Amino acid sequence: MSAQGIPQLDDASKRELEGFLEQEQAKAKLQASIHELTNTCWNTCITGSISSKFSKSEAQCLENCVDRFLDSSLYIVKQIESQKQQL
Amino acid sequence: MSSLFGSGAPSSDMNARKEQMKQSIQQELAIANAQQLINKINENCFAKCITKPSTSLTSSQETCLSQCMSLYMAAFDQVSRSYVSRISKERGAAPGIGL
Repeated sequence: MSAQGIPQLDDASKRELEGFLEQEQAKAKLQASIHELTNTCWNTCITGSISSKFSKSEAQCLENCVDRFLDSSLYIVKQIESQKQQL
Repeated sequence: MSSLFGSGAPSSDMNARKEQMKQSIQQELAIANAQQLINKINENCFAKCITKPSTSLTSSQETCLSQCMSLYMAAFDQVSRSYVSRISKERGAAPGIGL
């Protein structure tokens, strides 16, 4: 994409593009988190050898993995906050 | 040439340029996302399927790789769904602490 095109846009279009870019950056961030989480959950849940489909326990583990990961994250933050108050 | 004088450019031309930019941005993002998925699949499926690299891939390793690919994509779908639904739930529960 050429950068020369940008100065030729009027202010309203520039603002619109800035908003669009912010939105796309948020999307990219979300996608990056999903890649990271998939990697983590795959390594946590898929412990056996590969076959044509997930075992029951693997499927169950994958279903719970994201929610428990986020629960852990919230728990750790809470824990650190309470430790900070004790100081 | 009218663009030399700034306001001379017809707005439909500018709109087209704007839409084209948006489209290429979206396309770049989609390509980056796909590349990231392919890299992760290779990383994780190589670890699962090619435990002892030899002079070439065996047919059972190839079978393992193709099964692993579809499983990884299924896991990716599951994680996306769980993550997006959790985010919208958290947003509903605590408005103002948006991500």
